[in-house]
Amino acid sequence: MSEVNVIDAVKRYDSVVALGGVSLRFAEGQLFGLLGPSGSGKTTLLRAIAGFVTLDRGRVLIDGQDIGGVPVHARNIGMMFQNYALFPHMSVAENVAFGLEVRNLPKSEVQARVKDALGMVRLTGLEARRPKQLSGGQQQRVALARALVTRPKVLLLDEPLGALDKHLRQEMQIELRRIQRAVGITTIFVTHDQEEALTLSDRIAIFEAGKIVQEGPPMEVYERPRSKFAAGFLGEANFLTGRVEAISGGCATVALDVGGQAQCALETAAAGQAVTLALRPEKIGFAPAAAGETPGPNQVRGRVTDVVFSGNSTTYRVAVGEQTMTLFRQNLTGSAIAPGADVLLSWSGDHLVAVTP
Amino acid sequence: MQSLGARLLTGYLWLVLLFLYVPILVMAAMGFNASPLYALPFDFDLIWYRELAGNAKLINAGINSVGIAVANTLIATALGTMAALAFARYQFRGKTVLQLLLFPPVAIPWLVIGTAMLVFFYWIGIKRGLVAILLGHVALSLPYVIVVVGARLATFPRAVEEAAATLGATPWQTFRRITAPILAPGVIGGALFAFAVSFDQFVISYFLAPPGTTTLPVEIYGAIRKGFTPEINAISTIIIVVSMGVLLLTARFYRFGGEK
Repeated sequence: MSEVNVIDAVKRYDSVVALGGVSLRFAEGQLFGLLGPSGSGKTTLLRAIAGFVTLDRGRVLIDGQDIGGVPVHARNIGMMFQNYALFPHMSVAENVAFGLEVRNLPKSEVQARVKDALGMVRLTGLEARRPKQLSGGQQQRVALARALVTRPKVLLLDEPLGALDKHLRQEMQIELRRIQRAVGITTIFVTHDQEEALTLSDRIAIFEAGKIVQEGPPMEVYERPRSKFAAGFLGEANFLTGRVEAISGGCATVALDVGGQAQCALETAAAGQAVTLALRPEKIGFAPAAAGETPGPNQVRGRVTDVVFSGNSTTYRVAVGEQTMTLFRQNLTGSAIAPGADVLLSWSGDHLVAVTP
Repeated sequence: MQSLGARLLTGYLWLVLLFLYVPILVMAAMGFNASPLYALPFDFDLIWYRELAGNAKLINAGINSVGIAVANTLIATALGTMAALAFARYQFRGKTVLQLLLFPPVAIPWLVIGTAMLVFFYWIGIKRGLVAILLGHVALSLPYVIVVVGARLATFPRAVEEAAATLGATPWQTFRRITAPILAPGVIGGALFAFAVSFDQFVISYFLAPPGTTTLPVEIYGAIRKGFTPEINAISTIIIVVSMGVLLLTARFYRFGGEK
């Protein structure tokens, strides 16, 4: 088990900045998700840790030791590639044995460890198959067994589940998590799938344009996003803009641009300051609006424009002033609210999070 | 019950095959007929194969042909594979131009290339002979090797080399155990092409061979001009068997390569 530290990593490709000074600590045994849109630098960071990318500046430390000058094959890492990169001319057992054979381990030990590894990923019995004779999920398991059998210090996963269909992906998420816990290996994985990042990770870091915009446990990042980008990329969010009218004891009253008032805790705001508040769709309550009723604080009136039924929940889009807000309802009872209905949206001030625009 | 159209098509296919193979079969059969004048009835005899065994000129030409074809295969495959790797993996000035220039020699008539080579070799002082023939053959077969190996490289999954490195394989171990085996069908296919181009080559060899030393196709041509003996049938049959063997091997490796 090992700790990985990345310190001030910088990488440029011609004029494009892939990594603009990234520092991260990957603690022992943790499963760390790097999340961001394509081109945001997350894959470059993973490949720098693997040794395929040489940083322009900054260092990568494994257990405190700078591995900058160590070639890929001497880093003792395990890596799973996007399309698994199984060796097409070798059987399942030969694929898994490869990393042990190049280390010149005795044959009996190679056989025993290959057997254990295939047992761990539940592929016993398929030793003689070629990769192309396996399903996508089975190929994935071979790739995982092959990456772990050498007992690497760190496991790197590049979009590990991207090539699987939704059902298999959920199954493999649970499986991956089980194996990672059992082995206790420090794991870093790259994904652009926010749900995958939330499900799998102990901690996540959100990348934007070569920088980390926020880092922390998934729930913290989801509930308290710091920037508009982080709030929008991890889950869905409504953004309400406004101006601080009054502030007393950390409790601010904000005049919203769509009309009405919001009351929420704001630490650093001063009266007159413009703010952007993020509000998650599932945290908005709504009810049919009675005519002539005046919305109170943390309430706005709107008109339903779209109703999208998706089984366990329904998504409503509601026009509020110039803005469209999105909200989810669990389908506890049959919905009576149809497009065109006037509704009153309300929320708790605790759920408003000030974000940088 | 097949439809009329399908049966017509099958019949047409058989006609084409007959048209192609009957002359060859007749020629091969006559090699086993005792009559030097191709007279019937057929009288089975190995006399022409015995004659052939005593014909030092044809045998020498045969040895030259095989020797040149083997040397050509080794040189052209090695150079062609390296060139294909360079084209597939590196960016360099003039790459596109070089790649385009590979194809015209395949399309230019060998007669023209042969004349050009004769003039050029004379001009730079390479005498007609086996070395000149070999150089000519290598130049001719290089584009075939580059194209065949290049096709294999185009579908080569680069990530497997990276995977091997992360598993602890040194660059040499990666090449030996991953890259080479995956590329092998393409390289073998290219090598078989190079062998076939050289072994069947007449025009270039004819132009570049000095009097006295020659290759099998050139010697057969000379022998036919003097008088067509069934000995020629015998040697032609041997050549056909060898060429077909090479072709079948190529087909086998191509299918093998196509699976991946």
